[in-house]
Order: sequence, then structure tokens, then C-alpha cells
Amino acid sequence: MKFGVVTFPGSNCDYDAYAALKFILKEEVEFLWHKSEDLLGCDAIVLPGGFSYGDYLRAGAIAKFSPIMNKVLKFAASGGIVMGICNGFQVLTECGLLPGALMRNEHLRFSCKFVRLRVETSSSIFTRACSRGEILKIPIAHNEGNYYHFDDDIKRLEDNGQVVFRYVDAAGEATRQANPNGSLNNIAGITNEQGNILGMMPHPERSVEPILGSADGLRVFESVRASFSSTVTAGRT
Amino acid sequence: MSQNSRAVVYVRLKDGVLDPQGVTIHKALTQMGYDEFASVRTGRFFELEIKSDSGDIDRKIEEVCAKLLANPVIERYTVERTK
Repeated sequence: MKFGVVTFPGSNCDYDAYAALKFILKEEVEFLWHKSEDLLGCDAIVLPGGFSYGDYLRAGAIAKFSPIMNKVLKFAASGGIVMGICNGFQVLTECGLLPGALMRNEHLRFSCKFVRLRVETSSSIFTRACSRGEILKIPIAHNEGNYYHFDDDIKRLEDNGQVVFRYVDAAGEATRQANPNGSLNNIAGITNEQGNILGMMPHPERSVEPILGSADGLRVFESVRASFSSTVTAGRT
Repeated sequence: MSQNSRAVVYVRLKDGVLDPQGVTIHKALTQMGYDEFASVRTGRFFELEIKSDSGDIDRKIEEVCAKLLANPVIERYTVERTK
């Protein structure tokens, strides 16, 4: 399987994602420059964390007009696997691939710490190597991670099972205290309706080995690989 | 030489969308002793200096507001034109 990691000017987790995929997951990876219009035959695209275009105007607002994004939009529309991490999630909401918006953290501070995520579904492309209700320890590092959408839209997300990760406490409860940014319903990660696009604020690529404090993030990438291999196998039969 | 005309675009959060900066500013005002204000909402504005107008500049301004200057999911905008 071949992953593509997009580098925007200001991306700063592109190398972390590259290293996690190449050296820990041990899959093929390509960097995709924002000015390029070629996805190099990648099977899944990662929009990494960072501060694309300096977060000018709004986080993720300018990156959506990068030449590479035209191709990512087409790839996503044809069912291709796309995952946006942190700033990548912000880019995906800005370009309309994911619903809602990521607003400034409720407490107005940059949050950088380990959080606990409850896996809300194991039928997603991005969580099939996990079990439902399992808790993953993965770090966050953001200033605009406060997920917002209108009530009816949130209800639709919840009803469709598009909420994949939720911030929880040690007991696995989605409490106000466990919510690091004010996100509605403690939402940490969602998919689109079709399920092929994921946005998550926490950084799985920063928690792929025990020496980093947790290896739980690897489960997300393993899920993507498992989902991809099963579609390839299904396609062959 | 005539001066270029301008448009000022105001972008605000939609009603009902929490504005944590506004809330914090309002708290500060209250602490400073200004009890007169019930709430504060923040926003931002953009001054666009118009270089050429082929007759459809209002439509173009609408376009850039919707595509870039505002995030229509959570924000609304108003445009003021100065000749």
C-alpha cells in the first residue's frame, strides 16, 4: 500500500506522518508537494498537522486552494481514502469534504497534551483494527480544535455513526472535564457520510511507539491498511 | 487621477455560534467596572481596493466572500461599498 503525505507551506507534522508510515507501519510513502497536481498513484492521502499558510485568515482556509487539493478533492469524490490530522482536519472542513467547522478552543489557549479517545465505531475504515468502546491514548496540539456544527447537523452525524473518536476521561466517559477544547459532544474525529474521509484533531502519527508515550496511534494507520487490503482483495474476486 | 473605489467586508460569527473571545472580552469589561454591556461579539473586516471594474464587481465581491473571506458554515458577512 502506498500513502501520500501532503506538504503545504507551514505543515510541520509531514515528516512525523512520513516516519510513522514508513518506519513503523512499514508501508510505502511519498511526499506530495502542495504545488504538484500528481498524487503519484497513492492509495491513501494524509493531510498532516501544522500551520498551512501560517493559519492566515482561518486555519486551513488558504490551503484548500493549493493545486494538490484539486486532485485530493477528485480522489476523495471517487471514494479514495483521505485522512486529515489536526490542521489537515481544518483543511478538510474548510474545503467542504467534512461537515462543520473547527473554531478556536473555548478557553482560548493552545492545548498540547495526551488525551483519551473512545473509539465510537469499529466499522470505519479508520478504526477497523480497534474495538468499539476501546480507549486510545493519543496527543493533541492545537489552538482551533473546537468542533462546531448546528444541532440538526450534529444529530445527523451522530445518527449516521460519523463520530469516530470522542474525548473521554479515565473511566471512558465523555465528560466536560475530559473535553480539551469545547468541542460539541466531545467530538475528536469524524468521517464524511460515505466513510472514506476522516478528520481528527489528535495526532496518531505522534504516538506510534512506546518510547513516544503511546503506540495507540498506530492502530489508526493499521486500520487504514487493513481496510485497504480488504478492498483490494474484494476487488480481485 | 481618481482614487480607486473600495469595498469593506465585515465577517461575523452567525448568531448562536459561541464566540469565546467575545465572552472573554465581555468578562474583562465587567471586571473593569463597565456593567453597561450585555455581551460582546467579535469579528473582522477586510478592505478591498478595487483596481478594475468590468461591471460585475459586486458579484465578484460576493464570490470572494463566500469562497475565502468568510466560512459560510459558521460566519456571515456584509459588504459596504465606498465610491
